Amino acid sequence: MRGDKVVIKEKKEVLEKKQKIPRQNRVMTYVLRYWYLYLLALVSMVIAIVLDVLAPAITRSIIDDVIVAGRVEILMRLLLGLAGIGLGRAIFGYIKEFTVDVAACKIGCDIRGNLFRHIQKLSMGYFDKNNSGELLARVKDDVDKIWNATGFVGMLIAECTIHTVLVLTCMFSVSPLLTLVPLAVMPVVAWTGIRLEQKLGSVYEDISEENAQLNTVAQENLAGVRTVKAFAREEYEIQKFKKHNKKYYDLNMKQARTLAKYHPNISFYTKVLLVAVIIFGGIMVMKDMITIGQLGQFTEYANNIIWPMEMIGWLSSDFAAAVASNKKIQKILLEEPEIKNPELPVSMEEVKGEVEFSHVDLKLQSQDVLKDISFHVKPGGTLGIMGMTGAGKTSVINLLERFYDASGGCVKVDGVDVRRMDLETLRRNIAVVMQDVFLFSDTINENISIGRRGQLEAQAIRQAAGSACADGFIGSLSEQYDTVIGERGVGLSGGQKQRISIARALAKKTPVLVLDDSTSALDMETEFEIQKKLKELENTTKLIIAHRISAVRHADEIIVLDHGSIAERGTHETLMEKKGLYYATYCAQYDAMQYETELKGGMEAWL
Amino acid sequence: MAVNSFREDEQQAQVSKWKTLTRLYRYLLAYKSRIAVVLLIMLATISINMINPLIVEQAVNVHIANRDMKGLLLLGLAAVVLNLIMVAGVKARMIMMAKLSNQVLLTIREELYVHIQKLSFSFFDSRPTGKILARIIGDVNSLKDMLSDSVTTLIPDFLTVIGVITIMMAKNVKLALAALLTLPFMAAGMFVIQRVSHKAWQVYRKKSSNISAFVHEEMSGMRIVQSFRAEQESRDNFDVLLKEHRQSWNKSVRCADLFGSLIELTWGAGGFLLYYIGIKVIGVGEIGIGTFMAFSTYLAMFWSPIRNLANFYNKIVTNLAGAERIFDILDTEPEIRDKSGVGELPDIQGSVEFDRVSFAYSDEPETKVLKDVSFQIRPGETIALVGPTGAGKTTIVNLISRFYNVTEGHIRVDGYDLGDVSIRSLRRQMGVMTQDNFLFSGTVKDNIRYGRLDATDEEIVAAAKAVNAHGFIMQLEKGYDTELSERGQSLSVGQRQLLAFARTMVSNPRILILDEATSSIDTHTEILVQKGIQALLKGRTSFVIAHRLSTIKNADRIFVINHGRIEEAGSHEELLAAKGQYYELYQAQFRSLTSA
Repeated sequence: MRGDKVVIKEKKEVLEKKQKIPRQNRVMTYVLRYWYLYLLALVSMVIAIVLDVLAPAITRSIIDDVIVAGRVEILMRLLLGLAGIGLGRAIFGYIKEFTVDVAACKIGCDIRGNLFRHIQKLSMGYFDKNNSGELLARVKDDVDKIWNATGFVGMLIAECTIHTVLVLTCMFSVSPLLTLVPLAVMPVVAWTGIRLEQKLGSVYEDISEENAQLNTVAQENLAGVRTVKAFAREEYEIQKFKKHNKKYYDLNMKQARTLAKYHPNISFYTKVLLVAVIIFGGIMVMKDMITIGQLGQFTEYANNIIWPMEMIGWLSSDFAAAVASNKKIQKILLEEPEIKNPELPVSMEEVKGEVEFSHVDLKLQSQDVLKDISFHVKPGGTLGIMGMTGAGKTSVINLLERFYDASGGCVKVDGVDVRRMDLETLRRNIAVVMQDVFLFSDTINENISIGRRGQLEAQAIRQAAGSACADGFIGSLSEQYDTVIGERGVGLSGGQKQRISIARALAKKTPVLVLDDSTSALDMETEFEIQKKLKELENTTKLIIAHRISAVRHADEIIVLDHGSIAERGTHETLMEKKGLYYATYCAQYDAMQYETELKGGMEAWL
Repeated sequence: MAVNSFREDEQQAQVSKWKTLTRLYRYLLAYKSRIAVVLLIMLATISINMINPLIVEQAVNVHIANRDMKGLLLLGLAAVVLNLIMVAGVKARMIMMAKLSNQVLLTIREELYVHIQKLSFSFFDSRPTGKILARIIGDVNSLKDMLSDSVTTLIPDFLTVIGVITIMMAKNVKLALAALLTLPFMAAGMFVIQRVSHKAWQVYRKKSSNISAFVHEEMSGMRIVQSFRAEQESRDNFDVLLKEHRQSWNKSVRCADLFGSLIELTWGAGGFLLYYIGIKVIGVGEIGIGTFMAFSTYLAMFWSPIRNLANFYNKIVTNLAGAERIFDILDTEPEIRDKSGVGELPDIQGSVEFDRVSFAYSDEPETKVLKDVSFQIRPGETIALVGPTGAGKTTIVNLISRFYNVTEGHIRVDGYDLGDVSIRSLRRQMGVMTQDNFLFSGTVKDNIRYGRLDATDEEIVAAAKAVNAHGFIMQLEKGYDTELSERGQSLSVGQRQLLAFARTMVSNPRILILDEATSSIDTHTEILVQKGIQALLKGRTSFVIAHRLSTIKNADRIFVINHGRIEEAGSHEELLAAKGQYYELYQAQFRSLTSA
C-alpha cells in the first residue's frame, strides 16, 4: 500500500464475448412499462410546441393588424390568445415535465430494485471479489445516469426530433429544393453526434470505474477509521485519496476535452447551414426560382432548426454516460450465482437435524482447504471442532450452509445431499453464529429477529437474548430493545456484539445450530452461563467451533483439524488419553500442574 | 450515543441559503482571473453570434437584392471564417470552464476528505458509512453543473437582461415599465416555489443518502442476509426506502417543475400587458410604430435569458442541499485535536501515569465510565486488564492513545501530559490492536507495511515470523504478494488477527496495547505469538486485555477493572492469594470444565 504503488487494481474491462442482454433487463423494457406516462408527456409536448409555433403569428398580427393597420377591435381577442398561449404552455409544459420526471424516477427505482435483487442472489465468491463501495457506486450513481437518460435527456431528444421534423416540413412547403441544404448538413451533424457519443462512451466508462474506485478508497478509509487513527496514518490516507481524486479530475477533463473537440463543431455546422441556405437561396432568388420573401421565411426556419441541432452535442454526451453506466449494470446482471437452487429440490417436510460429511474435499483458488472430512452428527448431537488458525474450521460451516460447494464428497442434512435441497429450506434450518460478527445499524429487535422480522414475538426475542446472556446489558441501554446500534455494532463491546449475534441465532429455534468461535470475547462467567443454556437445547444439533476447551468439552465427538484434514477425533476423555494436539491445548489452557493443585483448594472452598 | 440508522433522515443544522451560496462561490472566486478570461472569450463568441443575423440581413437586403453573386459568396466566406473563430473560442471556453469547475470540485472533495480524517470516533460511530460516502461522492458531484453554469449562464444572461432593460428604458420608459410589470410577480412566485422546493430537495438528498447507507451495509453483510434467509426482508426494507426516495423526488419535482410554468405564465401576461397598456392606455401615437416593433423584438430577447436564469435558479435550489450537506461536515468540529502550539512527544521510554482520571462520553456526561482512576506503570511493564464486559477496560486503553479526552485528571506518558503533545507524535509510538482488525484491500505485504511505511521487506518478514504469521502467508497463492479481498475476508478471522499483529509489530511501538488481540487465535498459535513478541518487545510497556487466563497469567501486574475502577491489582500469584474477584474469575475457568 505504498504511496507510489496504489494497489487498487485497474480493472480494465476485458472484452468478453458479447453476451446478449435478456429482454427483461433492457432499459427499453422498463421504458415501455410506463408507455402511458410517456404518451401523456409526448402529447403535452406536441401541444406545447404547436402553441410555441403559434405565438409569433399572434405577435405579428398585433403589430401588422392592430398597430400598423389600426384594427383595434381585434386586439382583445389577440391579447387573450397570447395570454391563453402562455397559460397553455404553462399547463402542458408542466404536465410534460412532471410526467417525465415521475416516469424516469419509476424506471430508476425499478432498475435499482432489480439490480439489488440480483446482487442478493449472487454467491459469496462474488462478494469476495467485489468491494462494497464499488457495488454501492453501481446501485447508486450508475442507476442515476440511466434515470437522467430516461428523463429529461430522453424528453429533450424527443423534443428536438419533433421540432426538427416540424421545421423541415415547413421548409419543404416553402422550397423542396432548398430543403436539400439542411438535409445535407444534418447527416454531418448526426455523424458528429454519434462520434461524440462513441468517444465519450469509453471516457464515461472510465469515469464510472474511477467513481467506483473513489467510493472504494473512501469506503475503506471510513470503515477502517480505527486502524487509520491508531497508526496515525491520516496523511497517508489523504495522499491515497488525492491520487484517485486527481485521476477522477483528469478523466473529467478528458471528457470535457472530448466534448470541446466535437461539440463546437456541431454549432459550426449549423452556422454553415445558415450561410449555405443564404448562398444557395440567394442563387435561387437570382435565378428566380423562389422569391426573396420565401427566402426570408426559409432563413427564419433555418434559425429555428439550429438549437435542436446544437442540443445534439449535449444530449449525446448525457446519453453516452447512461450507456456506459448501463454497461456496468448489465455486467452485474449477467453475473450468474455460483450456488444455484436445484431445479427439482428434494422436498423435506421437517428437518430433524442430522448432519453428515462424507469424504468432503474443498478447493478454493486451486488451494486445498479441506481434505477428506467425514463426520456424522445425530439429531440433537453435538460436534466440537478445534484446530489451528486457518485449519479450515469455518470452511466446514460454509459447506454446510452451501456458501460454497464441495469439490469432492458430499454434505448431507437428514441424509439428503445439500446440493439437492432447496436453499431456502437448508438455510432456514441452520442458524449460524459467525465468528466475524456483523450487525446492522438498526434496532436490537430488528437485528435479533432478522430472517423472521415481524414474525417473532417480543417474548421470543427476549427469551433468546436471555439465553445469550444479553438481556442484562440490553436492558441498561437507553431504549432497550429499540436502541439503534451503529454499523457493524460499533459502540458495543466485542462481547456484547457476540451475545447479540448468539441471540440472533437462538431466536430462530432451528434444528441445527452452529457456533463459530462465538464466545471468544466473552468472560468466563458469561461463557459458562451461555453454555448451560445451550445444553438445554436438547433437540438441537450443535456444531461448535472453539479454541477454548471449555466450549467443546461436552461434545459427543470432537474433531481436531490440522491443515484441512482431521488430525484427531474422539470424546474429551479419549482425546485426553491420546495425549495429542487436544491434550496439548488442554495443558496450555489449564496448565495441568496448577490445575491439580489449585483446583483442589478451590473445590474444597466450595464444598 | 444517538445512532442514525439507514431508516432515519440525518439531522442537519439549518444554515441560511445565502451563507451557503456565498461560501460555495468563494471557491470559484479563487480563480478570478480565469473567470475573467472565460467571460472575455464569451463576450467575443456572443458578439460573433450577434453578427450572424446582421450578415444574413446584409446578404438578403444588399447582395441578393442586387443579384451580386460574388459579393454573396465573399460574404459567405467571411461568415465561415468568423464562425471558425467562434468555434475556436467556444472550444477554449469549454475547456477552461471545465477546468475551473472540476478544480473546484477537486478542492472541495479534498477539503472534505481531509476534514473527515480529523473527526473523532463519535462522528463515525453515529452514522452509517454509506451516508458519509454519499456526501463525499454524490453531494460533491451534484455541484458540478451549478458551478459551471454560474459563470457561463448567470453572468452573461444577467448582463443581457440588464442590457435589454436599459435599452427598453431608454426607448420608452412607460412602455418598458409595462413590459416589466409582471417581473415582480414572477420573482415573488419563484421565491415561494423555491422555499417549498428547497425543503423538498433537502429531504430528497437525505432519502438518497439513506439508500446509500442501506445498500452499502447490505453489500457488506450479505453473508448474514443469505445465511438467515433475510433476502425478502431486506428487499422489503429496500422497497420502502425506494418508495420514500421516489415520493420525495416526486414531491420535489412537483414543486420545482412549476418554475417553467411560472415563466410561461409571466411571459403570456407580460405580452398581454405590454400591448394592452401600450395600445389602450398609452396609445400607439405616443409610442410610435417603430418603437413598438422594436419592443416586440426586445421582449423576445429578454425572455430567453430570463428563462435561462430561472432554470439556473432552479438548479441552485435543487443542488444547494448538496452544498449544505458538505458544509455541515466541514463545520463539524473534531473533538480530539492538537492544542495550538503543542510540542512533539520525544522518543519515549514508556512509563504511563493515570492521575485521578475520570471519563464520561460527551453525550452522556452523567454516566462516568471511569471514576478517579490512578496508577503508575514503569517502562517495560506488562499490565493485564481483566473484568466483565463494559467495566471500562477498553476505555482505559482508548484514553492512553487519546482516542478520547479525559473528563477529569491527567494522563502522562514519560511525564508528558497527553494534551500537551501532538496526537501524531503520540500515536506514532503506540501500537494498538483492537478487537476490530481492519485490513485494507491490497497485498499482504502492503497491509503489514501499513504499520511503518518505510519498513523493508526483511523487516516485514521478520514481524510476520515473530507473530507466527509467516507460515500461513507462505501457503497463500502468492505469499506476501497475495491480494486480499475487502477487509481481508478471504482469510480466516484468526489469520486476520495474525496479520494485524504483524502490522502492529512492524510499527515498532514503545507502548503496545492488545485489546483482545488474540481472541480468535488458537492456543498453540497464541503461545508461539507470545514467545515471538516477547523477544521483540523486550523493555516495552504493554497493556493486554483478554479473557483467557493463559493470556493474562504472565503479566507483571493484573488490574481487575469493575464499575469504572481498579478494584484489585497485583501479580497472578498475589491476586490468587488475595481470594478476591480475580480468584473468582480464575475459578470460573475450571467450573465450566468440572460441572457436567
